[in-house]
Amino acid sequence: MIAGSTIPLIIALTLAPLMQSVISRTKAIVAGRAGQQIAQPYRDLWKLLQKGAVYSDTSTWIFRMGPVVTLASLLLALAFVPFGGFHSLAAFSGDFIFVAYLMALGRFFTVAAALDTGSSFEGMGASREVTFSSFAEPALFLSFAALVRYTGRLSLDPVLAAIGPRAWASAAPVLSATIAALIIVYLSENARIPFDDPTTHLELTMIHEVMVLDHSGPDLAMIEYGAALRMWLFAAIIVGIAAPWRSGNRWVDTLIGLAAMLTLAVATGLIESSMARLRLLRIPQLLLVAIVLSALALAF
Amino acid sequence: MAGLLFSFILFGVGAVASLVFARRGRWSSFAGAGGVILGCTCGIFPVLHVVMGAPPQSLRVAWDVPYGTLYLTLDPLAAFFLIPIFLIASLAALYGTEYLEVYRGRKEIAPPWFFLNILTASMTAVILAHNAILFLMAWETMALSSFFLVTFEDEKETTRQAGWTYLVASHTGTAFLLVMFILLGRHNGSLDFDHLSVSSGSGILFALALVGFGVKAGFIPLHVWLPEAHPAAPSHISAIMSAVMIKTGIYGLLRVLTFLGPMQAWWGLVLCVIGLSSGILGVLFALAQHDLKRLLAYHSVENIGIIALGLGVGIIGVSTGQSFVAVAGFAGALLHVLNHALFKGLLFLDAGNISHATHTREIDQLGGLLRRMPATATTFLIGAAAISGLPPLNGFVSEFLIYLASFRQIVSTQTSSIVPMLASISGLALIGGLALACFTKAFGIVFLGQPRNECAEHAREVGFAMLGPALVLASGCVLIGLFGAVVVEAMKPLICNVTGLMSADVERDLAEAGNSIARIGAFTACVIVLVALLALARTRLLSLRKVSTAPTWDCGYANPSARMQYTASSFANPLTESFAMLLQTRETLTGVQGLFPDKAEFHSHTDDLFRNRLFEPLFHTIGRAIAVLRPLQQGRVQLYVLYIAVVLLVLLLWQIG
Repeated sequence: MIAGSTIPLIIALTLAPLMQSVISRTKAIVAGRAGQQIAQPYRDLWKLLQKGAVYSDTSTWIFRMGPVVTLASLLLALAFVPFGGFHSLAAFSGDFIFVAYLMALGRFFTVAAALDTGSSFEGMGASREVTFSSFAEPALFLSFAALVRYTGRLSLDPVLAAIGPRAWASAAPVLSATIAALIIVYLSENARIPFDDPTTHLELTMIHEVMVLDHSGPDLAMIEYGAALRMWLFAAIIVGIAAPWRSGNRWVDTLIGLAAMLTLAVATGLIESSMARLRLLRIPQLLLVAIVLSALALAF
Repeated sequence: MAGLLFSFILFGVGAVASLVFARRGRWSSFAGAGGVILGCTCGIFPVLHVVMGAPPQSLRVAWDVPYGTLYLTLDPLAAFFLIPIFLIASLAALYGTEYLEVYRGRKEIAPPWFFLNILTASMTAVILAHNAILFLMAWETMALSSFFLVTFEDEKETTRQAGWTYLVASHTGTAFLLVMFILLGRHNGSLDFDHLSVSSGSGILFALALVGFGVKAGFIPLHVWLPEAHPAAPSHISAIMSAVMIKTGIYGLLRVLTFLGPMQAWWGLVLCVIGLSSGILGVLFALAQHDLKRLLAYHSVENIGIIALGLGVGIIGVSTGQSFVAVAGFAGALLHVLNHALFKGLLFLDAGNISHATHTREIDQLGGLLRRMPATATTFLIGAAAISGLPPLNGFVSEFLIYLASFRQIVSTQTSSIVPMLASISGLALIGGLALACFTKAFGIVFLGQPRNECAEHAREVGFAMLGPALVLASGCVLIGLFGAVVVEAMKPLICNVTGLMSADVERDLAEAGNSIARIGAFTACVIVLVALLALARTRLLSLRKVSTAPTWDCGYANPSARMQYTASSFANPLTESFAMLLQTRETLTGVQGLFPDKAEFHSHTDDLFRNRLFEPLFHTIGRAIAVLRPLQQGRVQLYVLYIAVVLLVLLLWQIG
């Protein structure tokens, strides 16, 4: 069924780093700072690609596999996500299950790479990552179940295509509960406040960032780029449900989609500016809230 | 059939020869392993022939035993279960030739070879038997031969305890089966499988089958023997028991389902509940374990849970008339039977390599083995990713089918039957997340980082006989991950047989499911290519630049030691804490005390909840209740003769009157 369009993939690959840039710019403005330039993430990636690498002498080939597998699995997962008026590059019955497990594959290798350094800090981050993702997975799958039940489709692209403005008129409770659940999962899987603070400087309190402490140069570039892609992937699904307006022209629809992505990024920045991160013990509880929300979406 | 009869003869010859050559050094091993390997090779041809679509074959010979006939049938269902049995048994036998060598001089190694041949023969007979008496005899032989294999190291107290638990559990299960077969045969007066049928009360029979076969399969709460017996047995035996022997329970359940007439929705519901509780509790208890083989044993409970869940979803599909749900559910469960045999066999053999090389199975004692045992580590990594259900490996394919069946039921019906489906989806997701946590722990702590003690420091890679089987199984995991569609489409006759659906429907639905799986195969091949390309790109980028090594960053402290690494217990702690109510881990902590503190110590131990809270009180109560009968047992022969005479007299009077 590879009859879709490469446009969503190309947009994701080129614009994904912008999301993080918009988020940090929003946070800076709220805090009264000027903030970084919008193109800064691209410059960072470029700079990292120019560098050599330092590897921990404890580490093995597993450590070097980590960034590669993570990026590869995300690149493939993005092929199943539609954007704006364009269909996803590929689709098959049950593809969202595959997408979720591709991300799990990346996580497996990121965690293994963290443990490969033998650092207790990275072990700690790895431990937290697997703990919280165990709670995030059921929430993600139940949200998919709610969407599948509402639309009657079994593949990501048709599911999102079946949700239009009319759907919002008839099934607003289902869709809003699902979106709320997905946003919690989006914040958790992308290591944002209130789950994790990507800008903190204390290793002891980090989750995701601490796992990649020992990566450098091109490896770090792959990790940063992969993180941007993962955020884009979740955001594109949320935007697909939340902003389903269709004008008839696919390019106009794409612009609507981009505007919605921008809004989501600004909203994420506002969330990050307005709350502190949760205590680690509270995090599973918030993820349980996501599970309950998606179960509610199924009950409507 | 002739090929299979010949394999029985080879197993017999292998068994006897290994005892005959008991005093001839390695000859005994060669004879024992030769019997198993040749027997399996000989048997695999007729089996593959039937799987490829040849008609079922039967052999029926009269037998003097009341109601017994020597009736063997090789049909698609039997053939499907025989493939993993032959594969794992022959690989385990090859493995054993090297693994058992360390015991030479300390212990007799002929008996394990004798019993391995008997075990393989009896497992084959269980699958082929088409008569209840023959089935039960094979079933008991299987239980007893594996009991003697579990208690190989009987000089250890824990091993004897484990063997005892296993024996009691097995026989309790058999008692239920005995009643079930008598009820099934009552109607037609024959115990041949062709004539077993239900006159009424299929629900009771289903419940009896569920308990009787559930003990062998390891459904929670009947799993208590599993985490005891599997670690106690030699590793190649654990591999056979966990990978294929417990699957005879699943086989039995499926076989009995074909006698019971139309499937009812509540059977599916019960299986879903059992599957979810086995799956989730299995992986949670696995997370809390410190012994690698005990961890793997609990994962068998988890995977049996996934299989039961697939069967439950399938049965609900059949009973609500959703043919795709039925087909995908059963196909997922059956494929998981095969997949679990591959990756669990692999992981147990690798666990054997580790304990062989380091003399410990304590995860927290190990570390850094990847540099010292690269082949073991790589195959273990493949097994770990496969059991966590990750693409591009086989575990994902079977779990995907069960997910797909559940999602399909949600789309197709509006009835209450979607509730178990939602439970199955979220349960599978939770199991997937926890399994990933558990296997990153097992792989990461054992193979990565720095060695935590001297044994791990001086570990050496094992020899070819112990590595070869793992390599074969690892490639099996990759192949099914890429070409699972082929296996799924070959399941058609088998699924028709079990579900009783129309052949055309099954073919259509299998083609549809196979279509998705073929896509997954193609896309996972893309992942592999992408990984290779990205790795190549990085190599090119770095080829012109400075690449150096340095100590691991430890926040400015540049001299990290192996003892400072995160341990398996601390890695799993956030999750075990979250589920502390279920796990009830016992912890003892002697903290740092005083101005000049001594050593601080921390121990944690997670016992089996059901063993402590359910079976121990239960058996205790039964023991007390029947203590009143103790005066009957005086130990005098004369008294027992009197008992016999009295019983005979009473029976005689009853018969006359």
